[in-house]
Amino acid sequence: MNSTTDSDMGSGLLNETLLRRQEKREQRALLSLALPSLLAVIAIIVIPVGWLFYLSFIGDNGQLSLEHYQKMIEYKSYLRTFTTTFQVSLLTTLLCILIGYPLAYFLAILPARVAGFFMLAVLLPFWTSLLVRTYAWLVLLQKNGILNDFGMAAGLWDEPLKLVHNLTGTLIGMAHIMLPFLVLPLYGSMRKIERDMMHAAANLGASPIQAFWKVYFPLSLSGMVAGSLIVFVLCLGFYVTPAVLGGGRVVMVATQITAILENQYNWGAASALGVVLLVATLIILFVASKVLKLDAALFGKH
Amino acid sequence: MQSNADTQPSEKPTALPIRIQSLTKKYGKFYALDSVDLDIKSGEFLTLLGPSGSGKTTLLMAIAGFNRPDAGSIRFGDDEMILTPPHKRNVGMVFQSYALFPHMTVAENVAFPLKLRGVSAEESAERVDEALTTVQLASLGARGIEELSGGQRQRVALARAFVFRPRILLMDEPLSALDKKLREQMQIELKHLHEQLGVTTVYVTHDQREALTMSDRIAVINHGKLAQVDTPHAIYNRPANAFVADFIGESTMLPLTRNGSGQLSFAGNLISHDPVSAGDYSLVIRPERLSVIRETVSDPQQTLVFSGTIREFVFQGDTAFALASISDRHDVSFRFATDSASSENSLRPGDPVSLGLNRSDVIIIPRGEVQ
Repeated sequence: MNSTTDSDMGSGLLNETLLRRQEKREQRALLSLALPSLLAVIAIIVIPVGWLFYLSFIGDNGQLSLEHYQKMIEYKSYLRTFTTTFQVSLLTTLLCILIGYPLAYFLAILPARVAGFFMLAVLLPFWTSLLVRTYAWLVLLQKNGILNDFGMAAGLWDEPLKLVHNLTGTLIGMAHIMLPFLVLPLYGSMRKIERDMMHAAANLGASPIQAFWKVYFPLSLSGMVAGSLIVFVLCLGFYVTPAVLGGGRVVMVATQITAILENQYNWGAASALGVVLLVATLIILFVASKVLKLDAALFGKH
Repeated sequence: MQSNADTQPSEKPTALPIRIQSLTKKYGKFYALDSVDLDIKSGEFLTLLGPSGSGKTTLLMAIAGFNRPDAGSIRFGDDEMILTPPHKRNVGMVFQSYALFPHMTVAENVAFPLKLRGVSAEESAERVDEALTTVQLASLGARGIEELSGGQRQRVALARAFVFRPRILLMDEPLSALDKKLREQMQIELKHLHEQLGVTTVYVTHDQREALTMSDRIAVINHGKLAQVDTPHAIYNRPANAFVADFIGESTMLPLTRNGSGQLSFAGNLISHDPVSAGDYSLVIRPERLSVIRETVSDPQQTLVFSGTIREFVFQGDTAFALASISDRHDVSFRFATDSASSENSLRPGDPVSLGLNRSDVIIIPRGEVQ
């Protein structure tokens, strides 16, 4: 640092070497900031996933083999698990859109301060433990739960409704937990729509309904796609809620993996399931990104 | 949805007059519009001019139907519009933000109002072409909005606003986002476009020079009330009150004294011979109307003379600006064109000076609050 301009004799241009050295030093400093997280990613994600990948190709006799993958094709129960997983994820996503879109729209048209208050109502459950929320739904929905007691007391239905330990209960619980993941990006994209856009649409002759479908909805689409994908992908690996509210009837991949590990202690089979789910998810994301021009949706480009 | 007149090709739209009566809009206790009456003639270019918060945009939005006034009437021609929703008012509008739809191309933006009116694809394409040609963007129809410069966006917004041949065109500070040079060019273009289309145009701006350049008439608005509605010439030369005199152009206001017979004078100088009714009056002097006098005035009946001392002198290139005190308590500012030889270029603080004001340039207004 004490070098003067006179010592910079190596190059033809004044201070060129020193300036380049300074730039390199700054780049190294920036890189070192990213280093801890980079190491963490390698230690927590790359190595374990690679290990799983490896395990899935090891047969029961300890040799390299494809037997776990063959079993997945042979046994119908595996196919059923994957069908259930994608079905539940898709339904949850649709349910979230159905509930979340009007909610986000309502929040977006409110003045920012009032919207902040309502947003708190969306986020508050988000900050409570997932397990607590799931069991709360169990309390509400079960045979002698609050909802059934209330419904029958009010004479709305005579027999207790089967609201839990099935697909219905799973969907209710999962949609509730996933809702903020959809509402937040959707709300963000809606907030960005200028009020002048809707004024312009009306001014040019669009009725409120036409203005919504031709202008507002297309402009909010990027947020909706981003939110939906987050919800869908998170649902694919969901464990707690389907396990508790599904009551063993809704077998998703994560549930199956646990079952295999607990009952058979078969790491190879469990790993193979995980690998297939991962690959299937990546394929879906890839196709979606081609069809929906995802970069724009996820990275906020217009 | 629309009458045939709107969809027939190559037919000039007939302009509509706008009649606004007792229009009032309150936000809480604040009057954004305070019983405004305004007649806008058919085919006229009228500018609503005022400082921010004066109510000019509120008035424009009320004409477009984007806010609901508390009372009053807005008529387009003979039709009462006060209850008509914005999408049925059939007025073109250029927004300050342009409000172009980013998910549509230039051509799709311009075709949007035609599509909603059920114009056939063929005719729509033709009219979009025509409109884009008018705003000199003929080749850019397939571009996305994000690819356009500010000036180009402005033109697309304009094309979209008149492509469906509305009989009224509203513009909300459409040039405020452009740089000075482009803005001045667009002012001339907009004026030409107005002459070409012949639609009644209501234009909102806070830029007095823009208003003076473009308008047939200017409505100066302040605190939700119209301060004066008149031609640019009259607004500048005969401001009706202190607000207009101060807001439009530069001016010095000198308090006048009224003698027993109703004549007005300033520091012993008789300003008006004709008696005026009781009240307080001010003399308004535009800086460029004062001239430095070196010899004795040839016709004192024609010219008022103020003698004073130079307090400040600033050379500004094409003009020079100076401040002179003409009494113990009053300064006047004056401005004159410079030339390389003139001795006036070398006025210094402390120099005595005589300033002449042509009697025809005398402006007398009732004294009042400037704001």
